Amino acid sequence: MQAEVFDTPDSAVADIPDGATILVGGFVSAGTPSNLILALKRSGQTGLTAVANNIGLGDLLDELCEDRQLAKVIATFAIRASGTRSSRFEAQYRAGEAELELVPQGTLIERLRAGGAGLGGVLTRTGLGTMMAEGKQVLELDGDRWLLERPLRGDVALLKAWRGDRHGNLQYRLAGLNFNPVMATAADLVIAEVEQIVEPGEIPPGSVGTPGIYVDRLVECEPVPVRWDG
Amino acid sequence: MADRTPPTGLSRELIALRAAQELEPGSVVNLGIGLPTLVAGFVDPSDEILFQAENGILGYSGISDSEFDSDLINAGGQPVDLVPGASFFDTADSFAMIRGGHIDAAVLGGLQVSAQGDLANWYVPARGGGSVGGAMDLAVGARKLIVAMAHVTREGESRIVEACNYPLTAERCVDVIVTDLAVIDVTEHGLILRERAPGISEAVVEEWTDAPLIIPDDVPEMSL
Repeated sequence: MQAEVFDTPDSAVADIPDGATILVGGFVSAGTPSNLILALKRSGQTGLTAVANNIGLGDLLDELCEDRQLAKVIATFAIRASGTRSSRFEAQYRAGEAELELVPQGTLIERLRAGGAGLGGVLTRTGLGTMMAEGKQVLELDGDRWLLERPLRGDVALLKAWRGDRHGNLQYRLAGLNFNPVMATAADLVIAEVEQIVEPGEIPPGSVGTPGIYVDRLVECEPVPVRWDG
Repeated sequence: MADRTPPTGLSRELIALRAAQELEPGSVVNLGIGLPTLVAGFVDPSDEILFQAENGILGYSGISDSEFDSDLINAGGQPVDLVPGASFFDTADSFAMIRGGHIDAAVLGGLQVSAQGDLANWYVPARGGGSVGGAMDLAVGARKLIVAMAHVTREGESRIVEACNYPLTAERCVDVIVTDLAVIDVTEHGLILRERAPGISEAVVEEWTDAPLIIPDDVPEMSL
C-alpha cells in the first residue's frame, strides 16, 4: 500500500482524461483542494463533470468555467437565491451551455457513500413530494414511503487534507473533513493535496481520517487562501 | 393586493430573537443560512444549546471575529467560534444526525409555508432557480422545524398560504412559524395564532395571512 508522491499539483492531474467525472472535496472554503483545481484549470481538460457540494462560493471550482471545462455539475449549491452577483457557472447554466443536477446534501453524500461502499442505492425520505423525486422510484415498505437514490462514483477524486504519509493515510484539520473522507472511497483514482507530507507513524492511527488504502496520489502544497464573503 | 401597504413588524434581528426563544435548554439545533444564522446571537449561554453546522461541526457558539481560518466555518461559510466539547465529523455523519432524528430543532428561512405545514424555501421562481443545500434533509429530519421569515413579500404577498405555489422543500414539516408579525403554530387542526408582534392586531395578522388562521381569545403580544 503506497501512494505515489508527486512534486507538483500539475503533474498529479496531468493524465486526467477529457470527459472525466471528478469528485471534488470541500465545503465552501473548508477542506477544498484549491491547488488541484487550479492545476486542472492550467491542464485544460474539457467536457468534465464535477461533483461537489458547491460551485461559485469562493471555492475556485468556478475557475474551471472560465475556459468552459465543465460540461456538467452535480452539486447541492450552485445557483444563488438572492443577490446580484452570479458565478460563471450560473451564467453558463442559464445559457444552456452547462448542465446542472441539483442534489440535496444528505442525499449526495449517501449516493457517494453507496458508490464507494459497494451498495446498490439508498432509500431516503428526503425529496419525497418535491421536484427531486421526479422520475425516481418510490418504494413503499411497511407502510413508509422512500425515495430510491442511486449510487454515484467518480473517475477521479480531488481531496484536501492537512497531513498525509506515503501510505496514503490522511489527517484532516478542523471542519476540513466534510465530503473528503467519503469521496476518497468513491473514485477510481484518488488524488489528495496535503499541507504536509510526514513519515508513516507521525499521524497517530486514531487520527487517520482516511486510511491509505483509498489514496493513490499525494502532493504537498501550500494551501490557497479562499474565503466566501457572501 | 399590491396596493395595500404591508404593516411594519419586527426587524430581522427581533425575528431571530423571538425564534431563539423557541429553543429548549440543552437542545441540539441547526441554523439555516440567512436570517436563521442570527439566532445564535440570541441564546443564553447558560442554556447550553449546541449548534450543529451541516458541514461538520457540533458545538459552535456563534460567528467569530477572530482571525479567519478557512477550515473553521459554518454552513454559510462564516467563521465560527467553538464551545468546549465541540466535535468535527464528515458529511455522512452530519446527515446521519440530521435525517436520523438526532437534531432537536432546526431554524430555517422560508419563502412560503402552507396551511398544512409544507415548506418552500429553496427555489425562487422570480430568479428562475435556487439551491437546496441541506434544507430538504433538515426539513424531514429535524424533530422540530421552526421557520423564521418575513410574513409578507416585498410585493405585498403573504408567505403563509393555503397551498405553496413555489417548489417544495418538504411536505408537512413545519411546526412553528416566526415572522415579523406573529408566532403561528402548525397543528393538525390548522394554523393557530399564538402571539402577535407588539402593536400588531389579530386582524392585521389575519389580513396578511392567505390561509385559514385560528385565532384564540386574547392572543398575547410577544415578549421580546
